[in-house]
Amino acid sequence: MIGLRRRRRPEVRPDARRILVPFAGALEPAVLDAAIRIAQAEDAVLVPAYLLLVPLAYDEDSPLKDQVGVAMPLLEAVEHAALRAGVAVDARIEKGRTLTHALRRLWEAERFDRIVAPAPANGGGGFTEKQLAWLLTHAPAETLVLKPMPHAA
Amino acid sequence: MAAGVGKTYRMLQEGRQAQEEGRDVVIGYLEPHDRPETAELAEGLETVPRLHAQLGGLEPNELDVDAVIRRAPELALVDELAHTNASGMRNEKRYQDIDEILDQGIDVISTVNVQHLESLNDEIAELTGVRVRETFPDRVLEQADEVVLVDLTPEALQQRLRAGKVYPRERADVALQNFFRADKLAALRELALREVAEDVGHRREAAVLDPLSRQAVAERVLALVEPQPKSQRIMRRAWRSAERLGAQLDAVWVRRRGQELEPEEQVALAALRRLAIVLGAHFLEEEGDDLVATVRRVAFERGTTYVFVGTPDESRRREILRGSLLSALVRELPGVDIRVVANRADRPERTP
Repeated sequence: MIGLRRRRRPEVRPDARRILVPFAGALEPAVLDAAIRIAQAEDAVLVPAYLLLVPLAYDEDSPLKDQVGVAMPLLEAVEHAALRAGVAVDARIEKGRTLTHALRRLWEAERFDRIVAPAPANGGGGFTEKQLAWLLTHAPAETLVLKPMPHAA
Repeated sequence: MAAGVGKTYRMLQEGRQAQEEGRDVVIGYLEPHDRPETAELAEGLETVPRLHAQLGGLEPNELDVDAVIRRAPELALVDELAHTNASGMRNEKRYQDIDEILDQGIDVISTVNVQHLESLNDEIAELTGVRVRETFPDRVLEQADEVVLVDLTPEALQQRLRAGKVYPRERADVALQNFFRADKLAALRELALREVAEDVGHRREAAVLDPLSRQAVAERVLALVEPQPKSQRIMRRAWRSAERLGAQLDAVWVRRRGQELEPEEQVALAALRRLAIVLGAHFLEEEGDDLVATVRRVAFERGTTYVFVGTPDESRRREILRGSLLSALVRELPGVDIRVVANRADRPERTP
């Protein structure tokens, strides 16, 4: 027998706190879990943002089909996980010449109350030491660097 | 595929073959690239002299379109289709010269590298890091009676480079480290193979489908968005479907007359515009108090075949009183598929 249970649909309230989770290439599940737990605790909106790199040979407004092709399913998966946990989501794709350039564009355009920045771990992406240093210096909001537990060998 | 694979050589072979079959063939323009075997193959084929008229102090060394038309052969061989003519010429591009020759009932065989195809420009830049400036429109390839791929493995092409058969030896080393790297050549080769495969597919379809049917199966996707977070999802899903369908994507927001946006709506709208740029979609802002009528007009103007719309927020009561948006869209957009983008997390959870 199969039972069906309808879920509550979380809504984005305009006055809600906004938690930015920027990433590129991949997002460690442990980082996502932590970000979702923080958003749950604060009744905040989760803003997962996939950062795209525009090669210098390109115009800044060029469409980036290949990178978008990677970003789309990842954002869907992140959004799905958050919504199933009852957390409202407002996903983004932002581009820039570098990851920090993309980040700066993002927070110049929008308000964020907290930033959860993944540190590199388990080969699952994350910002480099230099990028994290930049982020901690320039981020316009409270910033949390999250390093997931390394996988057991 | 790329410079040095033997396109000019193949064009000349085709020309000679046609001549042997009794056709009147001339060389309209040949770029011998100082390759002796190419020059040798051109021997015996009549060459129409190039244009050497004085133009603003410059002496262009270009295809003489009028001379080819006056000569009126059955077939003209014109190298380098994507070439940009010297300034002051009647046409800016050589493919336009070729159009004129074709208009006079003269067949043309030409050559071109895959990286010059306009629709591949972004992809080529992403693959090779080089933005190609000399491009030609896709319709030129589509209108060709036949497209022949001159294929060579990256290794064989690099071998030709090293042997000085493509560029003088002093340029070969630099070329091998830049555009002619094996990975870049492999990517270009894949693109060229794919392009020709698609061309073959289209030609087969064209042979099977009449023009009306072709029009019937061409797809164009329209996403209805609002300055709300859920519209990001609508755009993403619409883009994925558009990619699978090989369709163009439009996104439209219908703003009520005089509508003022809240600050968070302004942010959401700006984010949608940025997303549209990244996706290569066309973002349209329309003003109108009647959403369905405006969408109907936009869909008609854009040739939309698919409309993506979010799950309606209407309450049951409002739906009964005012009618459902979905029903109205289905009624007002005959022949257009309507897809409702659901929130996957709304799916009921399966429990044993």
